[in-house]
Amino acid sequence: MAATTPSPYRLLGGKIPYIEGPLKVTGRAEYTDDFRRPGMLVARLLRSPWPHARLRSIDARRARALPGVFAVLTGERYPTPFGVLPITHDETAIAVGKARYTGDIIAAVAAQDEVTAEAALALIEVDAEPLPEYSDPRIGLSKVEAPIHDRGLNGSNIQKEVVQHFGDVDAAFARAAYSVRVRGVFAGVTHAFTEPMATIAEATPDGRLTVWSATQVPHYLHRSLSEVLGLPMHRIRVIKPEVGGGFGGKSDPLPHEIVTAALSIETGRPVKLLMDREDVFYTNHGRHPTQNDVRIGLDAEGRILAYDIEALIDGGAWSSFGTVTTYYNGVLSMGPYRVPNFRYRGRRVYTNRPPSGAMRAHGGTNIRYSVEVALDRLAEEAKIDPFDLRARNALPPNSTTINEFRITSTSFLKCLDAARAASGWDRKFRQLDYGRGVGLGCGFYISGSNSPIHFTPKMPQSTVHLKVDMDGGIAVHSMQADIGQGSNTLLAAIVAEVLGVDLERVHVQRVDSDVSPIDLGSYSSRVTFMMGNAARSAAEQLKEKLVAAAAELLERPAPTLEVVHERIQVVGAPEVGVTFLDALHKAMEPVGALLATGSYNTSPKGGTFKGARAGTAPAYSFAAYVAEVDVDVETGEYRVDTIWAAFDCGRALNRLAVEGQIEGSIHMGLGQVMGETMSYRGARLFNPSLLEYKIPMPQQMPKVEILLVGDDDPEGPFGAKEAGEGPLIATLPAVGNALYDAIGVRFTELPITPDRVLRGLDLRRREGRPWKGA
Amino acid sequence: MPSPEPLRFRLNGHPAEVPCGSARVLLDLLREDLALTGTKRGCDLGTCGCCTVLLDGRPTLSCLTLARLVGGHEVTTIEGISPPGGLSAVQAAFVERGATQCGFCTPGFIVTATALLRDHPHPDRDEIVRAISGNLCRCTGYTKIIEAIEAAAGSRP
Repeated sequence: MAATTPSPYRLLGGKIPYIEGPLKVTGRAEYTDDFRRPGMLVARLLRSPWPHARLRSIDARRARALPGVFAVLTGERYPTPFGVLPITHDETAIAVGKARYTGDIIAAVAAQDEVTAEAALALIEVDAEPLPEYSDPRIGLSKVEAPIHDRGLNGSNIQKEVVQHFGDVDAAFARAAYSVRVRGVFAGVTHAFTEPMATIAEATPDGRLTVWSATQVPHYLHRSLSEVLGLPMHRIRVIKPEVGGGFGGKSDPLPHEIVTAALSIETGRPVKLLMDREDVFYTNHGRHPTQNDVRIGLDAEGRILAYDIEALIDGGAWSSFGTVTTYYNGVLSMGPYRVPNFRYRGRRVYTNRPPSGAMRAHGGTNIRYSVEVALDRLAEEAKIDPFDLRARNALPPNSTTINEFRITSTSFLKCLDAARAASGWDRKFRQLDYGRGVGLGCGFYISGSNSPIHFTPKMPQSTVHLKVDMDGGIAVHSMQADIGQGSNTLLAAIVAEVLGVDLERVHVQRVDSDVSPIDLGSYSSRVTFMMGNAARSAAEQLKEKLVAAAAELLERPAPTLEVVHERIQVVGAPEVGVTFLDALHKAMEPVGALLATGSYNTSPKGGTFKGARAGTAPAYSFAAYVAEVDVDVETGEYRVDTIWAAFDCGRALNRLAVEGQIEGSIHMGLGQVMGETMSYRGARLFNPSLLEYKIPMPQQMPKVEILLVGDDDPEGPFGAKEAGEGPLIATLPAVGNALYDAIGVRFTELPITPDRVLRGLDLRRREGRPWKGA
Repeated sequence: MPSPEPLRFRLNGHPAEVPCGSARVLLDLLREDLALTGTKRGCDLGTCGCCTVLLDGRPTLSCLTLARLVGGHEVTTIEGISPPGGLSAVQAAFVERGATQCGFCTPGFIVTATALLRDHPHPDRDEIVRAISGNLCRCTGYTKIIEAIEAAAGSRP
């Protein structure tokens, strides 16, 4: 661990075990599939076997007649389009008129049990006319015979095009001393969380609908249910049980959630839908298959002059978060560096593949790989050490980027120093034996988004309610969604920190839209920053009431008092004081239970040009990782021995959780760089199981040395920034650049599998380029 | 169709007698018929390890085990591993070290690690890695899980 000053806080800054830990290790934590309701029916989905087809007719009469079948739904019953972004509502709960990918939902059944539901699916007769299948986004760039959606640009399958130009890129390249071009090709990857999606819905005779769902964003689900089902939001209650991982895959409101609710409304019975693993793969919303073309120019001193970037993004069947993806592939390419001239053209194209969407470090991962590989090549050409090149171009604190991102805190230079020293870079780079190498990759990511998606920007992005009654327990309500990252624990710890009480007094309540005030949920790495500030504000208000009560009891002015562990006492005279409970009971005398509401909103930031808000955040994280690899040049297999991960998340409030996020991010990043692939033949997914889609095993995990070097962020709660997504990004280029150092081969196509390593070695030898004497 | 004999086996230390068809899978019997929901369903294909239980003390994938095959045998689920009102050494170490994140894979890891430490009280790191290589975790990168198992082993005499 890097040198850190002792935390000035009692709890925050230490290692705080997750408060749900005892429930999770005993199997007592409750996930959606663990709930059952009286009279509950089972839902199953009929999925399209065609990548693209017109649905001429669907005959469900035989299915409906099957004993034990309570409802069969087809698309026209609830045809209102929805989608996570208000500008791209192109999904329906069940396909209407057309199936757009293999796996698209074309009917749904509610039956007494799974066997009956499956039997009913087999009785549904679908008359479909196959349409031309589009699996290559390049073909979708111009007018096509049968556009996947009618909203594609000029009869094409283009869902979104972004063109941006800041400064004068051509003039900058004209005076560049060095320039390189990297063409990156990235297979799609998926979240592969362990808990399959599950939803239970219960429509009740009082006209209300309750939905339990494995979701990262209960509020957007709540909105979509209301829009599609035509029920006002106050008649819908969304409950989020424990969620078994999400990583972005449970952040869209998903069709099956609406379908389950619709089936409950139709039948008047509770309905459960549990996806099997194949369903999960077809639902996807993972990282987009992408091709990018990155050109970077340097001046003779190694200063970046310009980026010129194109990205072609395979969106799959729906928009999902795709408009954001298209912006992020450009705007998240620049930091942590100062880039004075920037041109970007990004296009996201619909294909008949399962939809892609948001996956951990959304929009930043693929483009940063190509950029970091380009910088590694430039460092070599300009004969500058890769660390020195990055340091020379670092964005300074309190600066503004060319596209008007406001940068406040950055400890990027400290990240570089820490990773360089800890990894022994100066005695390893280009000096290890053939087959061994070290590589540097750097990261930059948003700590929340300034633009709430479905919300007036004037409303807070996060609200936290506290209630304390005479028992001295503090109930905390918020719609922030803990999906395993530890946000419940952080919420409790912030409240306990401010009030000086033991953590066990604080009870974080399950997300329930009837009682939880809105927080926009777990996406865009926003929770610590936004919920943390809201929680702090709520707790400070309670603290003020308790101190006022203590002042009355002690007959001392409030400003002379301080809150310490379970006690409020006189500064400088600690023997004069009252307990937390005494102060609480005094404060309750006139009002009963104490309540407090805290909230947080970002202030509007960013430029005024079209798309200016995309990527603007109240703060950004920074990273510098070194990977050390060992390549078997006979088989092409390689292992990553160690990753030195220097990360700037501001102040790490729960070191246990921050370490866990970094280790997990590295695992997920390694999966993408070393082997994970959504494997398609044309539009069809060929590996929809965890047997064929391999996430890294424990044997493949490197030693991870975490270096937390961040300075306090001025606006983050207690100085904190995000650590949930940014830590993934630097993993990929660190490995790619280390492979180059090891064997002299540049890899620009991911994943870097052993056969690609062997082909690269073969090509290098045929080109007569010796490397480290081999 | 005559109803089959009830299935008789030992479950979490107690005799159990339950109706069970020949096609019933152990995971369904546990979760759906007996409401022992601590054992998790992650893939139904034997790939993720979330449904691991002990069959006569050996880690076994309940999603690939026909329930009738456990007749006369001893099944221990995560519920049977947890001491009443408390935590085992392995469980306590998982909590202390932050080896749970989303927690969905956790029961499977606890069951696997419990069997490992019973048979090999002081495993080295490679033995731990081998033992858990049938369990997938997408949150932790396994780092803190391995640390927790090492810590639990270290706390033993």
